[in-house]
Amino acid sequence: MEKDLTLYHGVWVFAEQRHGKLMQVAIELLGEGRKLADDIGTELCAVLLGEDVKDLTQELFAYGADKVYLAEDKELNTYRTDAYTKVITEAIKTYKPEIVLLGATHIGRDLGPNLAVEVDTGLTADCTRLEIDPEDKKLKQTRPAFGGNLMATIICPEHRPQMSTVRPGVMEKPSYQADRSGEIVTLKPEFKDGDIRTQVVEVVQDLKSAVSLTDAEFIVSGGKGLGNPEGFELLQQLADRLGGVVASSRAAVDEGWISPTHQVGQTGTTVKPKIYVACGISGAIQHLAGMQNSDVIIAININENAPIFEVATYGLVGDLYEVVPAMIEELDQLKVEEAY
Amino acid sequence: MKIVVCAKQVPDTTEVRIDPVKGTLIREGVPSILNPDDANALEAALAMKDQNPDTEVIVVTMGPPQAQYMLRECLAMGADSAILLSDRAFGGADTWATSHTIAAAIKKIGNVDLVLAGRQAIDGDTAQVGPQVAMRLGLPAVTYVQNIEIEGDMAKVQRQLELGYEVIEVKLPCLLTAVKELGEPRYMTIAGIVDAYEKEITLWGREDLGLDPSECGLKASPTRVFRSFTPPVKGKGEIFTGTADGMVRDLMVRLKEKHYI
Ligand SMILES: Cc1cc2nc3c(=O)[nH]c(=O)nc-3n(C[C@H](O)[C@H](O)[C@H](O)COP(=O)(O)OP(=O)(O)OC[C@H]3O[C@@H](n4cnc5c(N)ncnc54)[C@H](O)[C@@H]3O)c2cc1C
Ligand SMILES: Nc1ncnc2c1ncn2[C@@H]1O[C@H](COP(=O)(O)O)[C@@H](O)[C@H]1O
Repeated sequence: MEKDLTLYHGVWVFAEQRHGKLMQVAIELLGEGRKLADDIGTELCAVLLGEDVKDLTQELFAYGADKVYLAEDKELNTYRTDAYTKVITEAIKTYKPEIVLLGATHIGRDLGPNLAVEVDTGLTADCTRLEIDPEDKKLKQTRPAFGGNLMATIICPEHRPQMSTVRPGVMEKPSYQADRSGEIVTLKPEFKDGDIRTQVVEVVQDLKSAVSLTDAEFIVSGGKGLGNPEGFELLQQLADRLGGVVASSRAAVDEGWISPTHQVGQTGTTVKPKIYVACGISGAIQHLAGMQNSDVIIAININENAPIFEVATYGLVGDLYEVVPAMIEELDQLKVEEAY
Repeated sequence: MKIVVCAKQVPDTTEVRIDPVKGTLIREGVPSILNPDDANALEAALAMKDQNPDTEVIVVTMGPPQAQYMLRECLAMGADSAILLSDRAFGGADTWATSHTIAAAIKKIGNVDLVLAGRQAIDGDTAQVGPQVAMRLGLPAVTYVQNIEIEGDMAKVQRQLELGYEVIEVKLPCLLTAVKELGEPRYMTIAGIVDAYEKEITLWGREDLGLDPSECGLKASPTRVFRSFTPPVKGKGEIFTGTADGMVRDLMVRLKEKHYI
């Protein structure tokens, strides 16, 4: 069945919230969505689902939304695939957006594929770059493939909406304009028995190990080269001096030295700090995929041929157990000098 | 219980190299493997079979003829049977078309209680095929599953979140996508390898699935690859050698010069 593409207008951003707080990636998407909407000459809309989340609409306007589609219901309190899919599918069918963007979180990556099948369109996963073709105004979606070895630009020529999930931490956050306002369109979800087939019986939060890697300006990251879990205590001391946080490679997570929430890379978090210090990390492509856009990369590795040195701004060939203490000492020295 | 595991043969992306002159992907000599998350999914199915020998585990893959080697591996690990969906018409499929074809096969198998897929395949990393197969079969789905308990016709599963997990109850039949934490895949046994070579791999093409050419492969795929390219490599930076103290002093000079600290 041919679709009439001219019926589709507007850029939509899924305003993912958890426990009444907007996810960072939703804000990043508003920044990116604003640019795309301006390039096409259309409006930017946020889609907000939850229970008692109306307060968040002001924040969405302030970050650039012209319109918010708002659905409030107790069934929407925590994310469930069936409930969210139903509400957003109906909204897409009614209001026909041209582009729909979702964060590539555990929720966005669950919701996106379902929406794509329901509204019969393509979905490009984990995009790191979006742009509008100046000629035909179509969305070009660029993403890594083959574990980051290759980049592919994907288009969705004959189906609408054009849908992408976007990796958190990749797009820039827009500025907050407190005086912006916009229109609220209320969606009225109705659920029948059997519409929602899964039941969340318990949510176990692991807040102890919560780190905000995406927001950190300084990250000290450790890999298998640490040799033992205590190595992370040393890295923490360096991170404290820099006002940063500790992260890790997957190998260190697999060893059980640190919790998975710290993992940087293709199957972990994407980070973009001012300084990323990689200690005892070889620089596998899957790790690089998550950190190579850091402003400055400092690599400490005993092996001068380690691939991490290919992306390092500054490489120190040596034992991290000698280099890191020396860095801590230098930084303490610096503090003392600054005090005078 | 009848379990279908969706498995894909993928290039081992840790072995993929870029041709430094042409800037293209070197695929020759790159080993093909069973997609890691799919191995975890198969392990979960086999563990259920260990507990309850009435369980039947069927592995399904869509791919070129050489994907049969990966299926043999699954049989050698302990799967009961394997089905290869292979046809020229399936070529160039994106997730929309792939999930359509796999769903048609699962319908043809019939009376399936549980479908397991991997969270994502390491060649495309899209994490879409699992949920989309479920959607097409009208089954409820839970993604990022790190633990499964089956009690009667209910599955109680843990769904991994960025921070922690949620416990979800869902009725069978359903589809679950597996993450690494679900369990270390077992090794093939010698007896399993011998058995695997005696088993027949079922081959189904487009007509066996009753699909129209317009529903398959590139023709049915909403997305197109516009272009592909190798990521720009960062210029190599400055390398320091020597004593730890010396290197760190040099580093600090740079960081201060550039006002990074
Ligand atoms: C599908 C898939 C997804 C993946 N996703 C990720 C991901 O998201 N993130 C990720 O990180 N990995 C990921 N990986 C794993 C990745 O391929 C590598 O195995 C992993 O990054 C290696 O971690 P590492 O560098 O810590 O360990 P290793 O490769 O073992 O490197 C250790 C390094 O430490 C150095 N070293 C040893 N002792 C010292 C010392 N005393 N001082 C200084 N240096 C020392 C060694 O020279 C070596 O270079 C993934 C793999 C697959 C297949
Ligand atoms: N060609 C295929 N044959 C069988 N299963 C597949 C195929 N492609 C994807 N899958 C399944 O879907 C999951 C997600 O794949 P993807 O959406 O490509 O990341 C994989 O882990 C497999 O379980």
